[in-house]
Amino acid sequence: MRFNKSGPGRAAFVALATASTLFAAGCSAGSLGSSEEGGGGGQAGAVTITFLHGSTDTDVASAKAIIEAFQAANPNITVKDDSRPGGSDGDNLVKTRLATGEMAEVFNYNNGSLLQAIKPEQNLVPMDDQPWASTLDKTFVDSTKAADGKLYGGPWGTVQGGGVLYHIPTYQKLGLEIPQTWDEFMKNNEEIRKAGIDPVIQSYGETWTSQLFVLGDYHNVEAQVPDFAAQYTAGKMKYANTPAALEGFKHIQAVLEAGYFNKNYRSAELNDGIKMVADGKGVHYPQLGGVTANIENVAPGKSNDVGFFPLPGNDPATFGMTVWPGNGLYIPKTVEGDKLDAAKKFVEFMTTQQGCDAYAKGTPPTGPFLTTNCKLPADVSQAAKDTQSYIESGKASPALEFKSPIKGPALEQICIQVGTGQVSAEKGAALYDEDVKKQAQQLGLPGWE
Amino acid sequence: MASTLGTAQAPPVAPVTRGETGRARGRRGGSYPYWFYLPAAVIFTVFFLIPTIASFYFSFTRWDLFTSTWIGLDNYKTFFEEQALVIGLRNTLIYATMTAGLKVVIGLLLAVLLTSKIIARGYLRSVIFFPVLVSTIGVGLTFTALMNPELGLINKALAVIGITGPDWLVDPQLAIFSIALVDVWAGVGLATVIFIAGIVSIPSDYYEAAQVDGASRFYSFLHITLPLARPAVATVVTLALIGGLRSFDLIWAMTGGGPGFASDTIGSVIYKQYQAGFYGLSTAGSVVLFLLVSAIIVPLTWWLNRHEVD
Repeated sequence: MRFNKSGPGRAAFVALATASTLFAAGCSAGSLGSSEEGGGGGQAGAVTITFLHGSTDTDVASAKAIIEAFQAANPNITVKDDSRPGGSDGDNLVKTRLATGEMAEVFNYNNGSLLQAIKPEQNLVPMDDQPWASTLDKTFVDSTKAADGKLYGGPWGTVQGGGVLYHIPTYQKLGLEIPQTWDEFMKNNEEIRKAGIDPVIQSYGETWTSQLFVLGDYHNVEAQVPDFAAQYTAGKMKYANTPAALEGFKHIQAVLEAGYFNKNYRSAELNDGIKMVADGKGVHYPQLGGVTANIENVAPGKSNDVGFFPLPGNDPATFGMTVWPGNGLYIPKTVEGDKLDAAKKFVEFMTTQQGCDAYAKGTPPTGPFLTTNCKLPADVSQAAKDTQSYIESGKASPALEFKSPIKGPALEQICIQVGTGQVSAEKGAALYDEDVKKQAQQLGLPGWE
Repeated sequence: MASTLGTAQAPPVAPVTRGETGRARGRRGGSYPYWFYLPAAVIFTVFFLIPTIASFYFSFTRWDLFTSTWIGLDNYKTFFEEQALVIGLRNTLIYATMTAGLKVVIGLLLAVLLTSKIIARGYLRSVIFFPVLVSTIGVGLTFTALMNPELGLINKALAVIGITGPDWLVDPQLAIFSIALVDVWAGVGLATVIFIAGIVSIPSDYYEAAQVDGASRFYSFLHITLPLARPAVATVVTLALIGGLRSFDLIWAMTGGGPGFASDTIGSVIYKQYQAGFYGLSTAGSVVLFLLVSAIIVPLTWWLNRHEVD
């Protein structure tokens, strides 16, 4: 009864939430001081906005360089620097701040399915009317749109591939060829093991790094089942009952059973993995190409020892790379007046050569930029060149999370379950289908009730 | 002999005495004017009662913090179908009984040791209590480093004496037990302090009488200390069990529920749903946890207190 006419209870709950928000806002307003008062907008127009970004070494360095360059070009605008964790902790923080109206004026975040999960139509400022919108890469635009067809973000970073980082000197020493099929890949692994080196690196100490076998295999899935994304979104095709999609999980199991993982694969972290492949302690590291930006920090001078190839499937004719078309730069709907103008200027700055150069200062590019306004610097890494060659020859397709709004949150744990032998590939795929169902229901998609 | 006397003569611990008088005072002055209750009532209603009722409501909805749709019992159905929940439920029970049991046994032994006449007793008491004061996250991160199978100090030390240490946190079979051991290390100090208070409040006459009758020290422990320290045992069991059932922070800091889902507990399963933005589902999980803790603790407290009256 009481629950049916839930009005009072909910109103009070909302009041409580608002009260605590006000309390928090009160605290931060105090520390911002007088710059806050220009909100009405008549005078000199000094504005302060905050930029919230990821906390990896390269993200922080890029943000710093960009803010410096932006403030030099826009002396009236002060940009405060703020960072957040990555992975699911970061998702949580972004969702909660948006829900409580506490979000920074500009923030970077994933596009694709993770963007859909923060409800862009409700929470973000649309950007299709911006002059730079027409210069953007088409895949980026497609994966930064909401269900209403509007563009909700500016470009951040470069395109990156998802595939296998490999140690070039070892390949040369053992006379190995880039594998075009999964069987060739496993044959190479056997050769490498005979040479006494760990063939495949995994780093389950940092859970998100476990997913590449599945996510990076999507180019091969689509080559065999062209309408998989649509069928999967409609709830008609599942990982467990689509042999092409199941392959990714099977590959993890196959590598585990062959004993090709590095000895400490259950506790190693991302930087351990990068260092191993850069030093040649391990030879193959299924990973996002973007992580090569950090090679110079963990193994100085080794950037050109690491190459990149796609996760191979069954058919050499469709060999190609799964790509992630950058990240987005967003403005929450709660931003108004001068601050909104300043935030839009900041987003626009990232579509200029000046902005891209500043970005590249902190993060060595790992693929092409997302706008035609920006050219890559001449001295890019080997992995970036490899990625670009697949994109230019048309042997690349965006990952599933850019073609479908649903990505289950527990994929990383499920891949680890398979990779530590706790469940079989088939069971893992079935578990992931259940996980995806929850996300689809939360988004209210048709066909999942 | 001397040590038995020493136990009896140990200075009375302040909290016990304070507790007694406090209770007496409360009983005497039973009636306050009603307005006196008002501030507490307002705080209780706004911060506890309304959120609790609201959480019952939201557990029946699909909720994204902006809008909620009534979906009946679907969240509960999904939650119970969650594979991590089955592991989590089992782990929660293992974790709670193991930590509570070890805290009682080790805490009691330490309390007996620390109420006897030993050198540097005050110092040793503080040493035992010190981990309680350290932040759980700090403890978790420290032990994660110590327990690293290849680089951690524990396995390196074991290697020196020729033992190959286990894979502590990265072995799916072992992870939950490793965390439970750390929890005992961090929490046994509190149990010890409660036991010390319980033991020193036992009147020395009993020990003296037993001594006159020629009872051994072990016999005194078994038939005097143990039964008379029962209220302390009840307190420790209840606190440790509740703590174990809602365990989350240490597990999250050490393994995040991994490898895979091997060390998930109900608490971490709920948190993961919240992280993923399934707010209705995670609220339903909290309601389940609330019911589970009540179902275990209410009868247990009743049982322990009933025996206390005897």
